[in-house]
Amino acid sequence: MKILYFAWLRQKIGKSEEDISLPPQISTVADLVSHLSGRGGGYAEAFDNPGRIRAALNQEHVRFDAKLAESDEVAFFPPVTGG
Amino acid sequence: MRTIRIQRDDFDAVAESAALSAGKLEVGAVVTFTGIVRSDDGLSALALEHYPGMTEREIARHADEAKRRWPLFGVTIVHRIGRLRPGENIVLVAVASTRRKAAFEAAEFLVDYLKTRAPFWKQEERGSAIYWVEAKESDESAAARWNSV
Repeated sequence: MKILYFAWLRQKIGKSEEDISLPPQISTVADLVSHLSGRGGGYAEAFDNPGRIRAALNQEHVRFDAKLAESDEVAFFPPVTGG
Repeated sequence: MRTIRIQRDDFDAVAESAALSAGKLEVGAVVTFTGIVRSDDGLSALALEHYPGMTEREIARHADEAKRRWPLFGVTIVHRIGRLRPGENIVLVAVASTRRKAAFEAAEFLVDYLKTRAPFWKQEERGSAIYWVEAKESDESAAARWNSV
């Protein structure tokens, strides 16, 4: 699965994207957030307050209860500020 | 006609506007909005990033929504990304319709959307201080009023 990070999430995590194989116990965006946060360091800092984070699944805005599949593209970003 | 571009380079508002009405004698109104980076409280630059693919799709969805709500012949949206200084163009919205009311309203609808809910993130630079801009309440309500249109 491809994961993209934007704005300050990208800065805290130190990369703009990565590929991971979806661990079997992860079924939703919320699960993925806890999993990534559990890596500690910049990940823990970036996902510290999930209320400040929005997610997109295959380039559509989704809630954290959205279900994930291995072929998905997931993106995490702060609430958009517009142009 | 629907043109949506996200680019680093500047745009030519006059040429974009002219292209919307060229050869279409039924067009009676073209409204063109140019957003310019303003120097607020010592702002030295803005730096914008987007989500390539998703940003274009989301904007296209709203351009289509504008075409459903108003009788439009064409919509052109150009949004710049990267580092922009005060005085530089940041966004262009141009719409062509038969009449002015539809053109004004559609342009305002699209600008309100772009300023609030389009997938962009921006940093403000003031001297050596750089920070991310948080989502704003007032822009949200400007965009929200269109939900009841």
